Amino acid sequence: MISNEIPIKHPVGLHARPAALFVQAAQKFTSKVTVTYNGKTVNAKSVLAILSLGVSQGAVIVVNADGADEAEASNALKALVDANFGERL
Amino acid sequence: MLVLRGIPASQGIAIGPGFLYRTTFSVPVRTTVADPAKELERLHEALQKAKQELEEVYQNALISVGPESAEIFNAHLMMLDDPDLLESVEQKIMTESVNADAAFYEAAETYAEMMQALTDEYLRARAADIRDIAARVVRILQHISAPDTKLSRPTILMAEDLAPSDTMQFDRSLILGFFTERGGTTSHTAILSRALGIPAVVGAGALPPLLSEEARFILDGNQGELIIDPDEETLKEYQKRQQGQLEKSRQALATAFNPAVTQDFHQVEVVANIGNLDDAKNAIANGAEGVGLFRTEFSYIDRQVIPTEEELVQTYAAIFQTFGVHPVVVRTLDIGGDKEMPHLRLPQESNPFLGCRGIRLCLSREDLFKPQLRAILRAGVGVNLCIMFPMIATVDEVKRGRAVLEECLAELVSENKTHHPKPQVGIMVEVPAAAVCADQLAKVVDFFSIGTNDLTQYTMAVDRGNASVSYLVSALQPAVLRLIKQVIERGHEAGIWVGMCGEMAGEPLAIPLLLGFGLDEFSMNPPAIPRAKEIIRSWDTQQARLLAEQAINCVTPAEVEVLVSHWIHPVESA
Repeated sequence: MISNEIPIKHPVGLHARPAALFVQAAQKFTSKVTVTYNGKTVNAKSVLAILSLGVSQGAVIVVNADGADEAEASNALKALVDANFGERL
Repeated sequence: MLVLRGIPASQGIAIGPGFLYRTTFSVPVRTTVADPAKELERLHEALQKAKQELEEVYQNALISVGPESAEIFNAHLMMLDDPDLLESVEQKIMTESVNADAAFYEAAETYAEMMQALTDEYLRARAADIRDIAARVVRILQHISAPDTKLSRPTILMAEDLAPSDTMQFDRSLILGFFTERGGTTSHTAILSRALGIPAVVGAGALPPLLSEEARFILDGNQGELIIDPDEETLKEYQKRQQGQLEKSRQALATAFNPAVTQDFHQVEVVANIGNLDDAKNAIANGAEGVGLFRTEFSYIDRQVIPTEEELVQTYAAIFQTFGVHPVVVRTLDIGGDKEMPHLRLPQESNPFLGCRGIRLCLSREDLFKPQLRAILRAGVGVNLCIMFPMIATVDEVKRGRAVLEECLAELVSENKTHHPKPQVGIMVEVPAAAVCADQLAKVVDFFSIGTNDLTQYTMAVDRGNASVSYLVSALQPAVLRLIKQVIERGHEAGIWVGMCGEMAGEPLAIPLLLGFGLDEFSMNPPAIPRAKEIIRSWDTQQARLLAEQAINCVTPAEVEVLVSHWIHPVESA
């Protein structure tokens, strides 16, 4: 299992378009991927679950990937967040 | 014959068949199914169907409203595919043998409640999305077909309530009138109907069950009534009234392009309230001599991101060009915490109508204010441009607003971008404080425009949407009339022009009073313009002044109405 702490810099947090992109990226992998924030751990492939975390700008989330392609999943999600979901801020 | 009474939201009479637009479903009842596996199959069939529907809605929306507004349906599609949601629905069906309708409804409701509990405006809007998809899936499971939006003939559109996404789907040329069971005078339906000049009755309560669309309906937007299956006598009476109205509007339109000059040769300006390019064209077609209120909120509503300066320049330029040399008064962004605009991330307020809205918001959010001002200035090259700040309460706010405008002008000069060098700067007078201190404010602006809707609401301390206090909502209340008179006088003493862009400016009974007070500019919804010009032409300013002097001493709005009607009567019958 690979665990990553990732700070969210995007102004809308993990909501709206960023949330959709994050979930779509997670769904590309077979590994079990979870996001932990504020003591709550949810399925990273569920947009409803991600939204219900209420992650806003400045928060730090923990992304866990567990499975055959855990390294790829972990890297891809970190890269997506670090690149601010492809938006220029 | 059955009469339903509601709020008159837009004037006029419509007679015709009805079209019942139902988006609701019945809340599913939990039952135990004998064959859970078969129930699961039923669920997946419904989900497949829901996806097809949404794909279609999404594609249509892409064309009709553009990719950004259509994005919402894409989000719906994603939620429909959500693995956590599906897992909990399937679990309910397989382990508890719950029927699919109830299982989906309950699971979706759990998420919706969770989002709502987070007290984040953005997430509360998502709660509505989840309920929206639940409604779709349950409706399909209950074998109710998608609400039909194809009108085949001119029809009175009837619904519980209509959101912009609903009205977008209808062919507006076939809508004779609107009837909604819910909503007030500021609901989407009310505003749209006035802009279109179609009669509307809102907030009338539930329609009777088992209503036949083939029944005949009379919608009376003047009295706020819907008459179902009228008797012959009533029908004849309304046909006569409708004929009279048509005749009047035909006559009015014939002279709509002539100026509004009173019997004693005093000319006033009759201009339009607009929100987009369609309104602008409609304004010109109805004889508007410019724009007295360009509401700029349209570019910010129903979207995911803040519009860029470039986008605003394009939007504004197209509208400005429609009016040639005529004046265009652009109101800067007038929103507050009551509007669902997640992308603006406005803080939640317990009382948004008294909160950070209008100029207060703009002064605290230069990231919104400056791009808009710059876009107005850039699009305003060669335009008879007036910039108006909303919700002004103090002289200081005007000075601060002007300072930001000066900054924008200086920036545009240094960036070598072509722009309007010196627009007129004015304010909406809609906060009682501004009306009371009009003499001070008149020294720092080029014009006033009285916003009677908010001025009435704030002066009388009533919420316009609240039916239990709606009897207080009238611009003809003596307190409001006196403030209006005073604002016009203080403005003229300081040598500036005074207009009005509230509903009152287009109301036949109010126009003579406003003429008597000396109002210079009347701004109204485009369809009201021809009739307003006719009324103005029928008056003599001396007489109007006498009338206004008497009206100011009336104790109730009803007294004012009786007084004005009495003066008008000989004119009307001539």
